[in-house]
Amino acid sequence: MSRPFRRRVQHKGAIAIFIGPFAALFTLFYLLPVAYAVWQSTRTVERSGTFGPAEEVFGGLTQYREVIADEAFWGSVGRVLLFGVVQVPVMLGVALLLALLLDSPVVKGARFFRLAFFAPYAVPGVIAAIMWGFLYSPNLSPFTGVTREVDFLGSGLVLWSIANVVTWVYVGYNMLIIYSSLLAIPGEVYEAALLDGAGQWRIAWSVKIPLVLPAIILTGVFSIIGTLQLLAEPQVFRTFSTAVTSDYTPNLLVYTTAAVPNQPLAAAFSVVLALATFVLSFTFLKLTQRRAFQ
Amino acid sequence: MSATPSSTAYRQSPVSRTVAMLVLGVFTLYFLTPIWWLFIAATKERGDLTTTNPLWFSDVNLLENLQGVFSYGDGILPRWLLNSVLYAGVGALVATLLAGMCGYALAKYAFPGREVIFNVVLGGVLVPATALALPLFLIFAQVGGTNTFWSVFLPSIVSPFGVYLARIYAASSVPDELLEAARLDGAGEVRTFFSVSVRLMVPALVTVYLFQFVAIWNNFFLPLIMLRDESLFPVTLGLYNWNTVVNQVPELRLYVLTGSLVSIVPLIVVFLLLQRFWRTGLGTGSLK
Repeated sequence: MSRPFRRRVQHKGAIAIFIGPFAALFTLFYLLPVAYAVWQSTRTVERSGTFGPAEEVFGGLTQYREVIADEAFWGSVGRVLLFGVVQVPVMLGVALLLALLLDSPVVKGARFFRLAFFAPYAVPGVIAAIMWGFLYSPNLSPFTGVTREVDFLGSGLVLWSIANVVTWVYVGYNMLIIYSSLLAIPGEVYEAALLDGAGQWRIAWSVKIPLVLPAIILTGVFSIIGTLQLLAEPQVFRTFSTAVTSDYTPNLLVYTTAAVPNQPLAAAFSVVLALATFVLSFTFLKLTQRRAFQ
Repeated sequence: MSATPSSTAYRQSPVSRTVAMLVLGVFTLYFLTPIWWLFIAATKERGDLTTTNPLWFSDVNLLENLQGVFSYGDGILPRWLLNSVLYAGVGALVATLLAGMCGYALAKYAFPGREVIFNVVLGGVLVPATALALPLFLIFAQVGGTNTFWSVFLPSIVSPFGVYLARIYAASSVPDELLEAARLDGAGEVRTFFSVSVRLMVPALVTVYLFQFVAIWNNFFLPLIMLRDESLFPVTLGLYNWNTVVNQVPELRLYVLTGSLVSIVPLIVVFLLLQRFWRTGLGTGSLK
């Protein structure tokens, strides 16, 4: 009571009640696992003699040297990056196009279309992958006329078949984010442009898109995070296609490595992957923000 | 698209309207056909599945299929659905409460370390949930807690994004004067939160709930790693398991499809009913 800085904080008890539970759980189930993964990744298994008992000891950066030398890991990273470079722009492009169309005065029945486009977001990734797995299958598909000719599940196309599943689920969600920020633009903004004789395309390009850029950036960051974490869809596709291997995406490789079990290496994969995700989304955020506000 | 789209479309020419409606129509087919197909497939007899028109009814057998899928394997599907409701429905409720309280306190009280806490939580938004799954498994293994309900439930009730959203929303929608007035009336801080502030924060809280609900419902890696006991599975993991043995047990094929339909229909309905909240909430989320 006598110390001045103590008196400045009022309602300490209430603050503790409000923040305490979340802080405790966040520490237990976010901070602790991150710390544990980092610690685990510095361990290494040593055997005394060929048949001696295995023992976990401190190995410094041993696991990270293995990660760097692991071709399967970098192959899987390259695969999801290729996936992301194509899928994320396509998905966001379609989402932007649909949002602009729904927002334009030309379109009738915007409410129905909004619901129709958003519906797939209610389908969990696993279920969506099962559905599309059937749709692609050369024998089980309702469209066997097409799927017997085009091998959607072969090694050449399967990555893009998975990309289509992800796009199908998430376009509507991203569209809704962009659409809601379009709705937030006050009408006066358009009036000047309309008086100048600008058409709807012109308004969309020079007025609307710059104004919804923050929303597009947000969807971009979430999409990048999602792409690097791909797991459920390829895991389901392993039932339908032999082309999807157990190291097809980084997270599948983590899962496979942990099942070996080689926990230290799996932890090192996870740490590198989380760092890469962080760096990539952070860089993307900085790059686009600089361009957006210049 | 006309040749010079920039200057002619303003008068809403029939051409640009037709093109716009055509584009929307094509995408409607793209988004709804798979769901329609799933619905049709779930109404069919096993034999008709591959032999009749996939996009239209043959002998409608939906009730028998539902009975079949619900009773298959000693009625494991209803169990999975119940588990999913507990993990996602109850989990998201607790997560929303915790995130709402924390975000509110970060917005409305000044105390040392406030920004540090907020920034650490914000960093948590960027940590992919899949990166946590494996270390969580190892931690739960140390205390013998894997393969339990709590091993999936407890990690799911932490929503850093919810804290972020609740803080932004509380800062702009709960006036300080109102809290001062409540204090003058002698109401305690916690009581004021539950009786006054929560009501003002409802749109944000519904959004947090929906986001967390979807995140838990879709979370595949955590239950996949944690759970061995089939009776603890959420419905997604259960259907995934059925699907992996479809080639050995062909009779399961129809049940996988019917089960998928059963698991998504309630979600679609809830989503569409709460769509209003999605839009307000998503708008708040992207306002930085």
